This record gives sequence, structure tokens and C-alpha cells, in this order.
Amino acid sequence: MSFFPTRTVVGAMFEFQGVWQALEPVMAQPPHHRPPVHPVLYIKPANTWCRAGDAVLLPPEVEEVEVGATLGISFARTASRVSEAQALDFVAGYAIVNDVTVPHQALLRPPMKQKCRDGFCPIGPWVPAEQILDPNDLEIRAYVNGELRQRSHTRDLRRNVARLIADVSEFMSLAPGDLLLIGVAEQPARARPGDAMAIEIDGIGRLENPVQRESAAQQEAA
Amino acid sequence: MKTARVVFGGAVHEAFEVPGEPDRLRLADGRVVSEAQVMWLAPFEPRTIFALALNYADHAQELAAKSSAEQGSFLQAQRSEPVVFLKGANSVVGHRGLTRRPADGEFMHYECELAVVIGREGQRIARARAMDFVRGYTVANDYAIRNFLEPYYRPNLRVKSRDGGTALGPWLVDRDDIADPMDLALRTELNGRVVQEGHTGDMIHDVASLIEYLSSFMTLSPGDVILTGTPKGSVDVQPGDEVVCEVQGVGRLLNTLVADWG
Repeated sequence: MSFFPTRTVVGAMFEFQGVWQALEPVMAQPPHHRPPVHPVLYIKPANTWCRAGDAVLLPPEVEEVEVGATLGISFARTASRVSEAQALDFVAGYAIVNDVTVPHQALLRPPMKQKCRDGFCPIGPWVPAEQILDPNDLEIRAYVNGELRQRSHTRDLRRNVARLIADVSEFMSLAPGDLLLIGVAEQPARARPGDAMAIEIDGIGRLENPVQRESAAQQEAA
Repeated sequence: MKTARVVFGGAVHEAFEVPGEPDRLRLADGRVVSEAQVMWLAPFEPRTIFALALNYADHAQELAAKSSAEQGSFLQAQRSEPVVFLKGANSVVGHRGLTRRPADGEFMHYECELAVVIGREGQRIARARAMDFVRGYTVANDYAIRNFLEPYYRPNLRVKSRDGGTALGPWLVDRDDIADPMDLALRTELNGRVVQEGHTGDMIHDVASLIEYLSSFMTLSPGDVILTGTPKGSVDVQPGDEVVCEVQGVGRLLNTLVADWG
């Protein structure tokens, strides 16, 4: 069974405790003034989706990227306005996702140039939901050139996986073909052209993608 | 040519106008049916849905006037670079569709917009060639709920990617049937009363510039659609209200608000 998306890939920005804590001082400042109440979401559009092994190409204006080690949740049935208690019944499976991101500070506007470039969302492998005992007990590891650079754990989410599904489905139905990303933990690894990115989640597998400089030929072909 | 996608007899059909008979449609299989017999879907299957915030100066000023002084700065930022956001597939509803007004929404308003549908894949498209990549146009009603705004990745998805909060239709009108997309009147009627009027010529970033901008950092593909922003004239809508968004020569898009449930 493939859980590769066909509809919408939506990610949540502030879900890891460490991300929240790091940004708390910023949340008190203009233009924000207050912390967000609801999940802060962003969309990874279809041009970003790719597979394990695909090269992530950086155009000349992008020097380096964050390795966006995260968990993707796919849906077996439409979850619409579901409760936290019901939410996991709608899950088809879990995927490793690399939410490749250009480092950025500004949070006021949607991160189009930071998260929506071609090939900035490698996806896979995935496993059916029944193979994951507890999605809130998964370690996520990010490697650059084989070296462990980030270790995060889904027990550190501010909203557990079921709560996140419930809160998003309150206004945005999550259906088969969609993928919900739990977000990336604090201090993500960075990668440059020539580097090899890898992400591991226990029980799901490993996702590897090289980072390459977009060649002049590729730019010309465009 | 104008094309629609409708449900008739339990199947999805491509449908066309019947000359001189605005209440009837011709299905791709040749049958001619009454409009009352069909359900309208969005006239194409959207891939990536882009939308513009504050792409009309008068609407931007209207919002700034209602909000904090700081918002003046985003008006300036908007001129230098378009503020673009994305919507999910869940948000789309067709002509004559129903949109839910949530019980805790305090100020919900329509946004009448020209929607530009991409017909050809392209990256780094020069402004001068941009219109070659357009397949056609439709009308969008890009509802917003102002008290759901939060100042993170704004406008946030809880405002702009709600189930059924983006009406598209009725028709996809071929590009060449619209002589100049920058010379079209926009108008919204709320229960028959005109509440919003504008002109596409007042966009801060025009259609060709938006295609050039988006394709400068991402590939555009057939089915991608750009909702080009709305002029001023925001009025709160309530369950039972009928909203018609009209773009001159492109179509009249009807949507009805329904009360929250459950």
C-alpha cells in the first residue's frame, strides 16, 4: 500500500516543546504579541513531493537547508471534526518525511520561499498504522553525511498525535491522500550541496536524499 | 469556450453552455439537461491553490484601518513582494455550494476574486511570456473569518483553508475568451444588494507578475490556480445569506451560508 500523497500535505510548526520554548520570547514581541492558540500550519504543495533517493536541488540563492526530520500521518477514512479519543481510528499509516526548509526567522507570513520549492518534501518509507504501537513514543533521528545531528522524540509534542489530528480536523478534514506532518524539533540539522541527508524513525525505516547544487543546465532547461 | 464539471445521474460530467439557453447545460456525451438537475463542482480539479493577501490597495487600507497601527508596515511590504498563501483540497466547493459559518465566527466575509488557472508546466517564467502558461479563468469566493486570524504564517489555515470555504466556478473560461484579465469589473451581491465592487486593474501585482513571481521559486503545473486577491467591501455574512461573486465575462458564482452543526 502506498501512502504517497495525492491531495494535501499540511505541517504543524510549533508542536515540539523545544521549538515553542525557543520562540516564546519572539511570540511576545511585535508583530505577534501573543502565542498562537491553534496549531500553526503550513502546506507543502505538490511540486515539493518526491521520493527516497531523489536529489534535493538548491538554486543559487539558497546556500543551505534545514533537514526537516518529521513524522507524516496518512488517513484511511475522512477525519472531520473528530475527537482526540477517536482520532487514531482514522489513521492509515505513518511515513518518514523530510520537510526541507530554508532557514528563516520571520513567522508572520506563510513560508513560501522557505518550504515550497521543488523537491523540498521527500516522503517515505511508510508503514501501516497497526505496525506502530504508539505514535507518541517514536524517536526521530537526522543524519548528515552519516553523522547523527538531531535526535527528537514524539513524546515531546505539545499536542499528542491524536490531539493534533483532532484540532486540525476541527476546520480542515483530513482524508485519504492527505498527509499531516507533526513538525520539526528544535535545532534542526543543516545540509549543503554535496551532503547526504538521512532520517530514521524506529519501526518505519530510513529516508535518504542527497543535496545538490542546481546545475546551470537544469536552470537553462527551466 | 466555457466548461464546467457537474454531477448528473450519479456521475461527473464535463458540461458546456447551450447558446441562448442559460438554464440548460450540454453534457460531454451530448445530453442537454436543465441546470436544476445538476450539482456543480469546481470547474477543474485544482492542484496547488495559491491565494493573494492584500493584492488590492483599497482592501489593504480597509483592513489596516480596522486593525493596529503596525499593519501599515505590511501594506508597504506587500508592494515589494506579494503575500501568497496556500489552501488545501478540502477547502474547495463548487457553484451553488454551501459554506458553513462556524458558531464562534464573529466576522465572516466573502472575497470576490479572479482565479487564474495554469495550463502548462513552467519555471522561471518571464513576465512577457506568462500568459502563455494560462489555461483560463474562473471566479473565486475566498471566505475569511477575521476573528480566527492569528499572526503566525498569516493568513492562517484556520481562516483560509476551512472545509468548503473556497468557492470556485461556475465556469472555466478559456484564456483567449478574455481580452484583458486586467480590465474586468468585480462585484459581490449579498442577498441581491451590491456590497463589493472593484476592478482587476487595481491589483498591486497583476496576473503576469504573479506567474513570474511564483515560478521564480517553484514549478507551476496544469491545474494550479492563483486566486488573485479581493478589493474592498467586507460585510459580515450570516446563515441563509446568498452571496454572488461576479467577474465580468467570467461568471457569476453563487454560494449560500449555512449554520454550524454538531
